Amino acid sequence: MKKFKNVESVIAYIDRKNIDTDAIIPKQYLKSVTREGFGETLFDDWRYIDPGKLGDNHSLRKKNPEFFLHNSKYDGAKILLTGDNFGCGSSREHAVWAIMDYGFDVVISTSFADIFYNNCFKNGLLPIVLSQDDFEAISARISEKNNQYAVNLENQLISCIDFEIKFEIDKRRKHVLLEGIDDISETLKLSKKIKNYEDSKLIKTPWIFNG
Amino acid sequence: MKKTLYDKLWEEHHIHTYDNGYSLIYVDKHLIHEVTSPQAFEGLRQANRSIWNKKSIMAVPDHNVPTTMRENGIKDPISKIQVDALNKNCKTNNLLKFDLEDIRQGIVHVVGPEQGIILPGMTVVCGDSHTSTHGALAALAFGIGTSEVEHVLATQCLLQKKSLNMNINIIGEMPEHFYSKDLALLIISKIGTAGGTGHAIEYSGASIRNLSMEARMTLCNMTIEAGATTGLIAVDKKTIDYVENKPYAPKGKDFLQAKKYWENLISDEQATYDKTVNINIGSAGPMMTWGTSPEMAVNIDGRLPDLDEEQFSSKRQDLLNAFSYMGLKEKQDINSIKLDKIFIGSCTNSRIEDLRIVANIVKNKKVSSNIKSAIIVPGSGLVKEEAEKEGLDKIFTKSGFEWRSPGCSMCLGMNDDKLNEYERCASTSNRNFEGRQGRLSRTHLVSPATAAAAAIYGHFIDIRDII
Repeated sequence: MKKFKNVESVIAYIDRKNIDTDAIIPKQYLKSVTREGFGETLFDDWRYIDPGKLGDNHSLRKKNPEFFLHNSKYDGAKILLTGDNFGCGSSREHAVWAIMDYGFDVVISTSFADIFYNNCFKNGLLPIVLSQDDFEAISARISEKNNQYAVNLENQLISCIDFEIKFEIDKRRKHVLLEGIDDISETLKLSKKIKNYEDSKLIKTPWIFNG
Repeated sequence: MKKTLYDKLWEEHHIHTYDNGYSLIYVDKHLIHEVTSPQAFEGLRQANRSIWNKKSIMAVPDHNVPTTMRENGIKDPISKIQVDALNKNCKTNNLLKFDLEDIRQGIVHVVGPEQGIILPGMTVVCGDSHTSTHGALAALAFGIGTSEVEHVLATQCLLQKKSLNMNINIIGEMPEHFYSKDLALLIISKIGTAGGTGHAIEYSGASIRNLSMEARMTLCNMTIEAGATTGLIAVDKKTIDYVENKPYAPKGKDFLQAKKYWENLISDEQATYDKTVNINIGSAGPMMTWGTSPEMAVNIDGRLPDLDEEQFSSKRQDLLNAFSYMGLKEKQDINSIKLDKIFIGSCTNSRIEDLRIVANIVKNKKVSSNIKSAIIVPGSGLVKEEAEKEGLDKIFTKSGFEWRSPGCSMCLGMNDDKLNEYERCASTSNRNFEGRQGRLSRTHLVSPATAAAAAIYGHFIDIRDII
């Protein structure tokens, strides 16, 4: 996994709670067997007026002009700001792949659904959880002229020229992103311990291994 | 220290503690389907890693398979590639798989328990959020993403932070015509779709003990819609009777040894929970969702909500958006909501008990003429076989329902079974999100009984008014 680098960009804001992973990436694109190319169909149902399917040339589809990411002030946004319980519903990791493939490196909300939150850290996407007060403070500023922010994971800071918010993140998660750690290699270092556990389990609950 | 069922399952599978609050947890069973596994196998190949315990895996195609004309195979070339990838990955690695032609094929969360592949006390994962279903057997079961699927394939373990304990205590007896699906929707409407985030939920109360295993699976299945990845019900005689004699369950002396172990899979009497929610069901009635989130659910006996008078966990603007998306109005008479399609199926409600309930209601009646299609999709080939043995399929087709082959079908609409734009469906599935059953589709989540009644009347109706 790539190491997380500090991000500087405008913040794109969608004022909506409970955005589910079906909305983030609809089912028809889940037929793909790769991890790439989901960015063009991020928020597909909201983003295009006509229906799309896997393999379409999406640049030829009719865009919904009211869709928030079609607002030119959000061009090049790498930071997404969104309401409570983002990423609820299906476990599809395609949601994270789509957000990253579109170009986002950071998602900010007051809360995330558990599986989505987990999936972020497997791909190098930084989900930032803010308190309601901090969330309101930052969302109130989005319409201001200067919507250029920096996200520094090392110092746990979201900042712009005249404003700054500190965010919390647990140490391990932070480390994983900063170092681009591959969890599988880490776990395999404990192979012997896993084998020992299996040996004891074979005596205590042998039926587990019947399969 | 007194322990909850979740505490016990956690400790039993705990291998290693890291110094930052994380643990390494052992995974006993890994369920795999075609949609969330190909990238995981690809990752494994690229890193030149092998599968840790092949015998821990059961694979079955379900999300993306046709429910009609199975004999012709999969017509859609893109879907076929995905199912072929599953076949190839399983064949190369010599994994247990139930093919499309196998009578044991079906929805992964129906097949696992039905085969005795899922047993009490196991840790169970799958790249599917409805893995919570298996908590009905007191298994610690939760959905994971594709990277974690790869992690489990390679290491048989997962890095996890322990969840908090939540007890949902059901007070009162289940009223007549109030099913576990109604109970799930009632709970979600009370605690919200994020109410269980960060928690493992245990369902308790005398009425939970009275639920059948199928009904328990429905309840645990819907736990993820309340934000918790895990929903648990303690072991009792019903659990053990259910498991006994299942094809992959232990037999003879092994069964007795296992039984002894399973009987301890209950929360200690004095165990404490981080959060307890009491839900009184004494006067509860059939439920339906009217909006675009499972928490937007109401009792079916009157009118849609009045936003000025009631408290909701959703924001007012989201509620207004939901009314608009669904083509409905505040305070609208529920009986006036006409339907286009009926879907009975999904990992929530496609087991034999669900089908019997439907058959009871639709027997000798006809699907209303305004219903364009009413489909019944059994959860597995074995459920289908049993239903046919009992003659349920004849009842369904005589009433005007289509009787399909097993799969996830219209729950998520990855195959041909979907709603067209603006079509309204009474569905026994688990999600009413925007676009879930097809672009601009309108889904109302209900119990099989309510869906059956709606099919006959062509609109929603309180089942208690017609029986």
